[in-house]
Amino acid sequence: MNLSEPLVIRHFTGLSRLNFGVDNGFYPLGSCTMKYNPKVCEEMARLEGFSLLHPLQPLQSVQGALRLMYELEKMLCEICGFARFSLQPAAGAHGELTGMMIVQAYFKKKGESRTKVLVPDLAHGTNPASVSMCGFEAVEVKSDSSGNTDLEDLRAKMDENVAGIMITNPNTLGLFDQNIADVCRIVHEKGGLVYGDGANMNALLGICKPKDLGIDVMHLNLHKTFSTPHGGGGPGSGPVGVVEKLVQFLPLPLVEKNGDKYAFEFGGENSIGKMRSFYGNFGVMVKAFTYLRAIGSDGLKQVAENAVLNANYLLSRLRKHYHLPFDRVCMHEFVLSDKGFPNNVTTNDIAKRLLDYGFHPPMVYFPLIVKGAIMIEPTETESKETLDRFADAMVKIKEEAAENPELVKTSPHSMPVRRLDAVKAARQPDLRWKE
Amino acid sequence: MRFTPCNERDREEMLKALGIKAASELFVDIPKDVLLEKQLSITKALGEMQLRREIESIAALNKSAKQLSMFLGGGCYNHFIPATVPAILGRSEFYTAYTPYQAEISQGMLQAIYEWQTYICLLTGMDLANASMYDGASATAEAMIMAKNSSGRKKVLVAKGLNPEYKAVVGTYAKANGLQLKEIEVDELQNEIGEETACFIVQQPNFFGCIEKLHEIEKKVHERGSLLVVAVAEALSLAFLPKLAEANVDIVAADVQSFGNSMNFGGPSAGVVACRQQFMRQLPGRLVGKTVDASGKEGFVLTLQAREQHIRRERASSNICSNQALCALASTVYLATVGEKGLKDIAKENHENAEYLASKLEKAGFEFPFGKNFFNEFVVKRKDAKELQQKLLSKGIVFGLSLEERFPELKDCVLVAATEMNDREDIDKLAEQLGVLLWS
Repeated sequence: MNLSEPLVIRHFTGLSRLNFGVDNGFYPLGSCTMKYNPKVCEEMARLEGFSLLHPLQPLQSVQGALRLMYELEKMLCEICGFARFSLQPAAGAHGELTGMMIVQAYFKKKGESRTKVLVPDLAHGTNPASVSMCGFEAVEVKSDSSGNTDLEDLRAKMDENVAGIMITNPNTLGLFDQNIADVCRIVHEKGGLVYGDGANMNALLGICKPKDLGIDVMHLNLHKTFSTPHGGGGPGSGPVGVVEKLVQFLPLPLVEKNGDKYAFEFGGENSIGKMRSFYGNFGVMVKAFTYLRAIGSDGLKQVAENAVLNANYLLSRLRKHYHLPFDRVCMHEFVLSDKGFPNNVTTNDIAKRLLDYGFHPPMVYFPLIVKGAIMIEPTETESKETLDRFADAMVKIKEEAAENPELVKTSPHSMPVRRLDAVKAARQPDLRWKE
Repeated sequence: MRFTPCNERDREEMLKALGIKAASELFVDIPKDVLLEKQLSITKALGEMQLRREIESIAALNKSAKQLSMFLGGGCYNHFIPATVPAILGRSEFYTAYTPYQAEISQGMLQAIYEWQTYICLLTGMDLANASMYDGASATAEAMIMAKNSSGRKKVLVAKGLNPEYKAVVGTYAKANGLQLKEIEVDELQNEIGEETACFIVQQPNFFGCIEKLHEIEKKVHERGSLLVVAVAEALSLAFLPKLAEANVDIVAADVQSFGNSMNFGGPSAGVVACRQQFMRQLPGRLVGKTVDASGKEGFVLTLQAREQHIRRERASSNICSNQALCALASTVYLATVGEKGLKDIAKENHENAEYLASKLEKAGFEFPFGKNFFNEFVVKRKDAKELQQKLLSKGIVFGLSLEERFPELKDCVLVAATEMNDREDIDKLAEQLGVLLWS
């Protein structure tokens, strides 16, 4: 097929108008930190001095790129307290996989064959999947009634066969795990390592350092915490930071500075190897670097404080109207549910009805331990007015569920399509256009 | 704060609603002994003008393909990008969206991915393609795991001509998965392949630019019930060579940087896995399918999610979640813009430029240790190759990649590439400089 340019542009512009991003409106998708993506970051990543570099160019012609990677790594180390970061992983799950391979390599070098990794019932689905991609068995650890790690269950499952635990803190209920110190101690006492899933790092910026909490290895999501756009599903970037004793296992190359020259360091026999070609999603690194330089150390703490304040305020507006399974001060996000909603209106119905009010729905049906979960993360880049409008809509939907449930159950009514038949899509897969 | 809209008054009202004096009171659950008392040691915030100046000055320390004549490939290629691509990528309805979980409000990205899956199927001849992977190298590693999972076999053979970056990533994944990996020459295949071999991984064209005889390879692989995985690092070759499906390839793992994605110092680009129908359930990553809505109208959704980590958790076909959707979109817009004929023309132009380059290098006394059966890159050899590379760099020419470091046996060998960006003028300039260096 050969199309003229006006048709191509109209086609894709038309498609873009069927899509919704942070620039279009509120996007409280829990766990995803859908914050505003500063425009200057986009422009900087497009500079020819960055975008038109070949990864195998002679080093003397890419000193700026290496300097940026070196300085970004230094900043991430300072924020988290780790000894080094690898910028190579291309996304959060890729970072998790890298982290698990580091854990595996650590025990291999020690001559220990540990076969299991503990994964809390609150974990993102990528956690157990990353564990099993390294040949470990994922063993679930329960949460207690306060939404913390159940220490009794942890003690019962942590032994010398367990390589470590993958923990998300703040966890996916949006709660800071009050048992974190004990969790790390129990795992460390049996020789295990603590992996931190950094998806929720936005709440801790400038507040505390993950390493001080007892975490040994952790990924960050530059496309969440550090404001690089999600691109409709990527590219992301999932740098992995480690404590000193794990530096030797990081993927290579790392960037080193000798005098005023930067170079790639490819040595290191204990490295797990490469996780992707070349050096990672460099373009994303440029955006995160620009963001960090824009907000600076003073801005970082404000990000966390505003994110947490926004979440708690929104929660205060909704707690009277929605079931709140874990009633505590939340961090950057919180989880409600559809329990007790009138006329069997479900979380899915609420999500679809929100579309009619011009909002992207929250994360739904996750975490799995909350039936009908509605996970809301407002981020720091929303105004009080937006939060109030969203709260009003959520309250209104509850009224509608009582008075006119069909309206909610058949929503959305204002989208280009109605609810789509997912069962048909899976039973009769049509995955490509055919003549 | 530039990016936080709540002003002092809003904050006061919110704090009041919560019955607290300061936001710091919300961090009660964090152990006191870890709370930071002083600010992080990171530079202070910069205004946008200063910020630009600083970042631009860092970019200026690099020499880009605008300043250098680039005869460099090896898994990343300096291709032309039509203006339609940045125009559409700049639509923030696309780039500031998340993965299209909520289909009704994400029809744009979902349809674009469906079109992308279609393009990949058309280009490779394969039955289906996923919504993208991180890059070609990790896609190849995931293809290997697919082969392991569907065959239950634990040995993997890798052709020596696989891009070293890909080989390294495949090696990392194999080690973590307890797979036994062996590197072989293609002509050793008959002897090496056995009933325990999950797959043979070969690159087309291979890292040295040579076009592999996939028909012969395929027979040897399938005779032993093993799978053929073909990695493609230069996607433009798909428009020049016969369709991969014609050689009975089982799984294709490609990098599509060449289609509308800037080189970006090696990332982001997008990878993709395409396969035959029978491997649908083992395919990693997102898939978009066409369906109908409640009123019978056509629409698109993420589908077959029972393979994926958020449903199947530790039993998922992969742990991948975010992929490289925007880069896949770039490729989709690129392919729509240049069209089928345009793409073939660009591929032909690449090949002709490479042939012209080869003829000039032959005249300059270079040898061709792997012959001349190439698409747009090839290996040349000359005793003083390294010295010439250095001298040419000072003239603003990046003359290929020296292979010695990665392949000690390939002393004095250089991998050079020519794309549509290396036109006759560019190549003549290189030849002229070579002439000056060689005869002075």
